[in-house]
Amino acid sequence: MTTSETYLPDVLPVPLPMDDGMDKPHWDGLNAEKLIVQRCGHCHTWIWGPEHVCYNCLAWDPDWVETEPKGRIYAWTRVHTPGMDALKPVTPYICVIVELPQAGNIRLIGNLLGPGTQDVKIGEEVVGQFEHHSKGGYDYTLLQWRKA
Amino acid sequence: MSRNPLTAVAISGIGNSGFYPRGTSPDPDFRLVLKALFAACEDAGINPKEIDGLASYCGPVTDPRRIACALGLKELRYASLQWASGGGGTSAAFANAASAIIAGLADVVAVVRSVKMDVGARYGQFGGAYGGGSVETVSGYGFRGADKAPYGVLSSATTLSFQANRLVEDAGVPRSAFSAVSRASYHHAQQNPDALMNGRPLSAERYEESRWIAEPYKLYDCCLENDGAIAAILVSAERAKNLKTKPVHLLAAGETMSFRADSGAFNWPDLCSGAFRDLAPRLYRQAGIGPQDVDVVQVYENFVPGVVMALEEFGFCTYENAGEVLTFENLIAQGGKLPLNTSGGNLAEAYVLGMGHVVEGVRQIRGSSSNQVQDANIVLATAGPLTPMTSALILGSGDVL
Repeated sequence: MTTSETYLPDVLPVPLPMDDGMDKPHWDGLNAEKLIVQRCGHCHTWIWGPEHVCYNCLAWDPDWVETEPKGRIYAWTRVHTPGMDALKPVTPYICVIVELPQAGNIRLIGNLLGPGTQDVKIGEEVVGQFEHHSKGGYDYTLLQWRKA
Repeated sequence: MSRNPLTAVAISGIGNSGFYPRGTSPDPDFRLVLKALFAACEDAGINPKEIDGLASYCGPVTDPRRIACALGLKELRYASLQWASGGGGTSAAFANAASAIIAGLADVVAVVRSVKMDVGARYGQFGGAYGGGSVETVSGYGFRGADKAPYGVLSSATTLSFQANRLVEDAGVPRSAFSAVSRASYHHAQQNPDALMNGRPLSAERYEESRWIAEPYKLYDCCLENDGAIAAILVSAERAKNLKTKPVHLLAAGETMSFRADSGAFNWPDLCSGAFRDLAPRLYRQAGIGPQDVDVVQVYENFVPGVVMALEEFGFCTYENAGEVLTFENLIAQGGKLPLNTSGGNLAEAYVLGMGHVVEGVRQIRGSSSNQVQDANIVLATAGPLTPMTSALILGSGDVL
């Protein structure tokens, strides 16, 4: 596993809000160590990835609401050939899709903290950990996961 | 017959440029395209100048205006590009070409696609784009988007491996099925002189011992990297009667994207899917057949577990019996009940974004495959399992119209 402070070395691209700013509340929330996602104020559908209209009732501008960064592993992969030379020294690493039961089972992608060789199973409970980055004048935060 | 308008169209010509290991084609991309078009026209007995329509998929592609100029086409009357990513659009491009002929928009439509890799380029590999000094940024929720790339979800193999792990862990499909699918393709390639893996058979041991790419994908679960182009010529069934080759008809064709299937962070209900669940019953209804009527199956292999998902969705196995149905002996043309990817497919013939699956279907119905299945009259070909938008088609001989 990585020996740096972040799970993966700081060679990956910086995530930014979309050009139109639609998803800025999510990324601002992560910087403030809050998980902010979309929920329709009209039909109360939880929505992820973010949308300009609720995909269920088509109401405009779903609300941005805070939810607890905890969930369970919906799917995972262990990456041995990352497609980027600079990541080779930290292979294998684990990527997870985490579903959030308290938020309509919406899913988020992250890394599973700990050894890349550890056992991982669908359904395992995980809690979020905010991982702050500063690079090239950008401050941003990734939401990582560790076993509960 | 009159109830299915697609049968008014036939595929009369197929051809390729020759296939080369990645980055080694002596020809630039455009010459590969022209060679494939010439070969398909020669096969049909049609002068290339008769082409008046061009259909392709997965842009960027060779510009049809460039082809029309190069061939001195008197008038290009139809040009279309289907939207699917990767090889998801192959069959849809054939559907578009057929639709154009049925609607009278064009008479001779070529479907063509090439793959040409830069020297040193690899699928899923970032060149100097990231980590090369300047700070790269990403936004949005698509391939390599802000929800994926910062977490190391970069390559196609990684991006499309989550659902495959659910196939193993949640649906319980044994890895032996993956090995069988991969080895069947390599087996077929040994009889196919065009196949890049001709002369390089794959044993069960070699499959098992190959390195992991992204679990559950091993090296031999992943498509080839190569250069080449494939083309096909479509005309009306009436015209096809007077051409050199036995007409091969479209019995069904269509494209599909299921509910929210491209939403960020994989937020669609049925993640463990090859993405054919909505399309498969529709195609069978259109063709008036069921899976038991299909003689040969050609399933796009970007990654082998996706083939298993596609076979389940098209009714050839269940997740419960996949281990028993998907065996090497059952998947080969020589005596198997479910002959699969009889040219070697994307794994062992060449990866031309699924074009090879359609033209091998044509060869099977003509009776000219290097792994010929006896009395093959109906062939299913699918394009792009695991991608958000996929397509598929069913080919038939004149005998089944």
